[in-house]
Amino acid sequence: MVFRKNSLYGPVDPAAETGYDPHPPRKGFFTDTSVCIGCKACEVACKEWNEVPDDGFGMLGMSYDNTGNLNANTWRHVAFIEQPRRSGSPEAADGGMARAKAPPVELGMPAMGPDSDGATDTGHDKPDFRWLMSSDVCKHCTHAACLDVCPTGSLFRTEFGTVVVQDDICNGCGYCVAACPYGVIERRRGPEGAKNVGIAQKCTLCYDRLTVGEKPACAKACPTESIQFGDVEELRERANERVAQLHERGVMDARLYGNDPEDGVGGTGAFFLLLDEPEVYGLPPDPVVTTRDLPQMFNRATAAGLALLAGAVVSFLGRRS
Amino acid sequence: MKSSERDQRLPGSEATAPGGGEPMRRRGASDFSMVEPAEFTSYYGRNIVKPAPWEADIPAYLFSGGVAAGSSLLAAGASITGRDGLRRTGRLGAIVALGFSMAALVHDLGRPSRFLNMLRTVKLTSPMSVGTWILSTYGPFAAIAAAAELAGLLPEGATPSRLRGPLKLLRWVGRPAGLVAGVTAPPVAAYTAVLLSDTATPSWHEAYRELPFVFCGSAAAASGGLGMIGAPVAEAGPARTFALGGALVELAMEHRMEQSMGLTAEPLHHGKAGRLMKAAKALTVVGAVGTLLAGRSRAAAVASGAALLAGSACTRFGVFEAGMESARDPKYVVVPQRERIAREGPTRYVEKQ
Repeated sequence: MVFRKNSLYGPVDPAAETGYDPHPPRKGFFTDTSVCIGCKACEVACKEWNEVPDDGFGMLGMSYDNTGNLNANTWRHVAFIEQPRRSGSPEAADGGMARAKAPPVELGMPAMGPDSDGATDTGHDKPDFRWLMSSDVCKHCTHAACLDVCPTGSLFRTEFGTVVVQDDICNGCGYCVAACPYGVIERRRGPEGAKNVGIAQKCTLCYDRLTVGEKPACAKACPTESIQFGDVEELRERANERVAQLHERGVMDARLYGNDPEDGVGGTGAFFLLLDEPEVYGLPPDPVVTTRDLPQMFNRATAAGLALLAGAVVSFLGRRS
Repeated sequence: MKSSERDQRLPGSEATAPGGGEPMRRRGASDFSMVEPAEFTSYYGRNIVKPAPWEADIPAYLFSGGVAAGSSLLAAGASITGRDGLRRTGRLGAIVALGFSMAALVHDLGRPSRFLNMLRTVKLTSPMSVGTWILSTYGPFAAIAAAAELAGLLPEGATPSRLRGPLKLLRWVGRPAGLVAGVTAPPVAAYTAVLLSDTATPSWHEAYRELPFVFCGSAAAASGGLGMIGAPVAEAGPARTFALGGALVELAMEHRMEQSMGLTAEPLHHGKAGRLMKAAKALTVVGAVGTLLAGRSRAAAVASGAALLAGSACTRFGVFEAGMESARDPKYVVVPQRERIAREGPTRYVEKQ
């Protein structure tokens, strides 16, 4: 099987690879979870703008997160993690924020806990837990398994380097669902009467808004600029600066996720600054696009098919009955 | 997966709280494997990758596709070597199995009415697209061969005179069509392994090295078994050899597959998938031994053939279920990736020389 260099794996410009020439700069999100306040405005704005149906309200009983995960009816999902202070590392419980030199950013939000009376400096009155909040979204991978395995061409690469489902083409085979290494895309099951039931659904990075120069609804609604929208190249620089800044302040837990064009999916269009390991947020620690191994799979299947043919030939050879 | 283990993943239990501390890590029980008990964190025990939205249609399709492919191969061989009974069983078995496959495939779509959208493009990166074209190539030839077989069953003189010409033509093209069906059949059996492996489902992807051989072996065992049931014992020699070889390849490669899959082999031994895989092995062994020792007895041939068919079906359902279970448990995503990071660092692109 012959593919162009890095068409299945490795750093590549996805829009150019698809054949857009010329094309606008690649667009994406940098989600800085260190300033996320878990307000879920992004979830609401996304649902409103994209007419994503309500799928009922259930109390999951695990945290302030009652959405649970990204799925066909949730294209932005705010993960909410309540984490006890880790034994042996007093700073870790708040991501090292207690040692931060700069004062906390005033967000105009109601204050809570010991922080409200300025006890931040002492460290003794700190709560013995921390909250991690992160707004998750489709990663718009450089090597998008969902797109590559789609048999109808319903999933396509836009000129902005993003990955979008064409609702009128998708026949609901569900292959993309199993292919996504992040568990983002899903076939819409309901509610009854909703549009696009039976069809794969996920974040479009607000393709309709992008085409008229608007930023995606979630980024527009985010009150803390935790969700930053822009050119991926510029966002990557901004993310590097931000993580360096946090490290300087002693927040050594800060790390970037998905920003490296040499990672297992060729880098993601939507990447994150996290304050703990990815799996804590429900993200795979080291995802690799399944199609990286496709040439080997093809070779193995060819060998097995030839063996089957040879087996049949041998079964008939040298027999009279 | 044992129920006690699943209970640990319920929200609120101390084992499932995310984060770094002691109470937040879950000890993954593995009572069979040599792998160290896995410790890992997750987001409240929730799955990371999503299980495919596929139901029993898909493993049933994997099975019947294999039966169709193997049957067309046997029918082609029988047609060349003049074994009419085996040829008839092969051609008719192939078209019944193929018809069932197609129905299962369409039924499993979210929008069955849009089935033909599969044919609006050819995508080499999509095993499902490639598979659709493989079936579209193979299917018509298998159908013509089967139609010719049926035409041959019509009693001479019982047909209206104006149908005699077309029927004669059909009988005449039956042989070449059957041979083309035989040659285009192996990809039908082999591609289904790539279909499963080219996903993020841990126990399907990690099986990619051996799964095509398991599935092709399984196809040979099942179609050989069908040949033993349908063809007279005197003609079924090639079917017995084919079935026996297939059973051996299936058993050997399945064993090897489990060795190379690491932790993701675990779901093949638990719960529903575990029971299916055990049944598959037992049925395949019984069928193979019966074929070897008593294949020339009519009753033993039918019983052995049925065991091989059932064993092949259990293999497909077992592999399918194991993958679904591996997608539902974050352990099979997090632990192998963590182990890889510990071994060789995070995955980074290395330019091939």
